[in-house]
Amino acid sequence: MADNRTWKRPPFIKNPTLRWGIAIGGAIYLSIAMGTMDVNWSRVAAGLPRAERFIMSFFPPDFVSRAGDIADGIYESLWMTVVSTVIGIGLSIPVGLGAARNLSPRPVYLFSRGVLAISRTFPEIIIALFAVKIFSFGPFAGIIALSIGTIGFYGKLLAEDIEDMDPVQAEAVKATGSSWFQWLNYAVQPQVMPRMIGLAMYRFDINFRESAVVGIVGAGGIGATLLTSFDRYEFDSSAAILLIIIVIVMAVEYSSGFIRKWVQ
Amino acid sequence: MLRLDKLTKQYKTGDLALKDIVLEIPDGQVMALIGPSGAGKSTLIRCVNRLVEPTSGKISLNDLELTTLSQGQLRKARRRMGMIFQEYALVERLTVMENVLSGRLGYVGFWRSYFRKFPQSDIDEAFRLLERVGLDHMANKRADELSGGQRQRVGICRALIQNPELLLVDEPTASLDPKTSRQIMRLIRELCHERKLSAIINIHDVLLAQMFSERIVGLQLGEIVYDGPPDGMSPDVLTQIYGEEDWEATIEKVDDEDEAENVDVSASADAESS
Repeated sequence: MADNRTWKRPPFIKNPTLRWGIAIGGAIYLSIAMGTMDVNWSRVAAGLPRAERFIMSFFPPDFVSRAGDIADGIYESLWMTVVSTVIGIGLSIPVGLGAARNLSPRPVYLFSRGVLAISRTFPEIIIALFAVKIFSFGPFAGIIALSIGTIGFYGKLLAEDIEDMDPVQAEAVKATGSSWFQWLNYAVQPQVMPRMIGLAMYRFDINFRESAVVGIVGAGGIGATLLTSFDRYEFDSSAAILLIIIVIVMAVEYSSGFIRKWVQ
Repeated sequence: MLRLDKLTKQYKTGDLALKDIVLEIPDGQVMALIGPSGAGKSTLIRCVNRLVEPTSGKISLNDLELTTLSQGQLRKARRRMGMIFQEYALVERLTVMENVLSGRLGYVGFWRSYFRKFPQSDIDEAFRLLERVGLDHMANKRADELSGGQRQRVGICRALIQNPELLLVDEPTASLDPKTSRQIMRLIRELCHERKLSAIINIHDVLLAQMFSERIVGLQLGEIVYDGPPDGMSPDVLTQIYGEEDWEATIEKVDDEDEAENVDVSASADAESS
């Protein structure tokens, strides 16, 4: 009797009207949105040869004529990156502990989550704009901006990693009569450490790239050098700077993969 | 002596996990706590060291009232109660030695523990215990490199290095194979006898409970429905605890444990690790 029973995977949205409504409504909105995007094809066509000339002017990259400026910019970016990563991570540890629901009482949790939300709302470049207005031009403003960005990023991920930890291991250490800080050191830290080291490397890499961005609004680093070279139409020097950024990011990427494997 | 007086636990969801439990465990007694899942076994032992806060009732360990302690006093009291867990609950990324020494956290200050500078006497004791369970050569291995039986032995060392007066044991064999289960239960009982420790052992396996404990308490829906010697287990009692089932095959003559009694635990541990 049960031979001819059919089976279909139950749909994700049960109500058929709602299901089809969402699908059709989505399709209509997407086509209207595409129609609204006004592409002037003749301008695109005119732009293409210009783009070609522009890109060709990057070649060959010129590492030499502005070597001193480039080296200064890179050094500045690197120490901005190191300092802001260290400060940012240092500050994000208390915030991250506070923002872990399984660690902190409700008021501390809400406050810390608030801090994280605020620092994540503004991209580094906006914070850098403020910091430049307050502390005037230079790498200090950049360090402030990158540190605040790091708090939002690292604090949130730390809090989430702590919330995901194995509660039984934590319970076992608590049952020995350990103090709260001992408990952090013996039960929480070993569980979150490998991932947090990997994320620290990742954030270092982000901060280096961001240091090039915040330089454009005057917050120091290689970004300032890059902007100057653009302003002087020395695109071959710009190309050299971009290549150096790419090489450094790749080096960090490679070593972070290596370090992550090693600490696992 | 551990004394529970009208211990009641009601969870926030409204579930009444324990109802007016009255229980006394004299010094040196190894007691098995059996009962179906959800009967409140786990809640009971977690109430004793207040990993779960009891709703009402009193718990006293050698005349120290545990339910009214402040956080600081509770930390001191927890040192006197060793706990052994179902899934071993070792901190997996720490070494075997660090896991064992974490049992001393209640006795040393933060910076000593942070720099792993434990007193020499603690380190000596840790090696003695590891040697006793046949794992001293594993001291620097990471806990997640060990097999299940080895991990549970490390868990036992961590509990014992606290120098406890009471062991709280939560399903010690639930993730172990039958042979290792017996070895672990035997080890727990031997160590309790050596150190005159009393123990509450939550256990699913009725047979193991009968073989390795001196007293069995049956819990059902938060109430004690049996309290007596292991050989008092009858089909009627088991039906009362777990419900209707054919229990004849479960109940074992208690004397068959003796043939395996004198197997050297450290020797079998080595065999397992090789």
